[in-house]
Amino acid sequence: MCLAIPTQLIELRPGALGLVELGGIRKEISVALVPDAVVGDYVIVHVGHAIGRIDPEEARRTLAMFGTLSELAAANEAALP
Amino acid sequence: MKYIDEFRDGAIAKKIQARLHAEAQPARQYSFMEFCGGHTHAISRYGIGELLPHNVRMIHGPGCPVCVLPIGRIDLAIQLALERGAIVCTYGDTMRVPASGGLSLVRAKARGGDIRMVYSGADALEIARREPGREVVFFAIGFETTTPPTALTIRTAQQEGLKNFSVLCCHVLTPSAITHILESPEVRQFGTVPIDGFVGPAHVSIVIGSAPYEHFAEEYRKPVVIAGFEPLDVMQAVLMLVRQVNEGRAEVENEFTRAVNRDGNLHAQALVSQVFELRNSFEWRGLGEVPYSALKIRPAFAEFDAERRFGLGYQPVPDNKACECGAILRGVKKPTDCKIFGTVCTPENPVGSCMVSSEGACAAHYSYGRFKDIAVKVEVAA
Ligand code: SF4
Repeated sequence: MCLAIPTQLIELRPGALGLVELGGIRKEISVALVPDAVVGDYVIVHVGHAIGRIDPEEARRTLAMFGTLSELAAANEAALP
Repeated sequence: MKYIDEFRDGAIAKKIQARLHAEAQPARQYSFMEFCGGHTHAISRYGIGELLPHNVRMIHGPGCPVCVLPIGRIDLAIQLALERGAIVCTYGDTMRVPASGGLSLVRAKARGGDIRMVYSGADALEIARREPGREVVFFAIGFETTTPPTALTIRTAQQEGLKNFSVLCCHVLTPSAITHILESPEVRQFGTVPIDGFVGPAHVSIVIGSAPYEHFAEEYRKPVVIAGFEPLDVMQAVLMLVRQVNEGRAEVENEFTRAVNRDGNLHAQALVSQVFELRNSFEWRGLGEVPYSALKIRPAFAEFDAERRFGLGYQPVPDNKACECGAILRGVKKPTDCKIFGTVCTPENPVGSCMVSSEGACAAHYSYGRFKDIAVKVEVAA
């Protein structure tokens, strides 16, 4: 029920509608809840509505962060001979 | 697929797992509740439970909107279809939730009720436009994620002056449910359900932001890490929770920064508060009456409120006696503690609500986790 997925917005249409594509499947959705979305954005679609956008820079940062040491642990380990 | 596959990478999962094993202190027990059904689903589907150190335990919370919908609310929708002749439109998962008298929306449909599955509230509106001679009711359920689309539906109906459309509003609120769990006797007094922190909702937080959780991180001293629904997101969030516990911190941290910020989607929030207001109290399956935990339609939109339009009166109905859903939703029991799990109660024939949606604890365990419960005996010939 809450399983929404990031899809790419490939076209904006009149009436606050947009076309998204995921794995070759296209679907018309409402973009009324994210009025500043532009073509090319990845939006999270839930029950036929885009509810938010993906920030590419933050996504990259999160991937880079995965599994890294916490600052504290990193400092401790660096202090080891 | 972009923003999905990268967050399912097995090699990175091993890296996070190694950190978790290095940082979880062996002498300690860690219990974290994942509030959202989306996380429950990910944990079962990707076997995350087995990747965690043995002293880190995940407790499934009540964050599946289908699971927490009480019988009495489904009865109202069935009543509208069978006794009032309305076309009742609802999301697919809602159709199979057990209701009173052995009924469900699917079974009521078989008895002649005009009940239709829709993908969104906009589809229900379209049906109302096409059939102006019939009453069309949208049976709206869900957390803060699903509420803004419903608000949009109601506002559109008003703008168009639709006379045959209304909404049976069953939208519930995440932060009040978490507070309720923290206030419950199991967590507070008896300590039977130790909770050291929460994996905070993903998509709900896109809408409401991370700020609403700050209050109970401070008030109840429980760390919260908001996490996305992909397996790496969940594992990283558990690692961040372990770190908070180790360092004695209780803060709201955000693992899901690619979609969640502190304020959330302000546009969606403004729309929701234009159309909805707080209910004094609402019954949740498993949690009972929870004060200020749900929304109702504001008087300015009264004609689109199915409860007023049809003069509906809510009647609470107790759950099936054999069903342990209530205890499961409060984190007190596991699916396998239920006597009828996997035998009488299956996803094809659910007795309780947790077996309906793939985000329910019982359905998730049935689909992905149950085989590991079966002891494998290997007999070696002498
Ligand atoms: S197995 Fe079925 S009846 Fe038992 S707790 Fe789960 S959903 Fe309820």
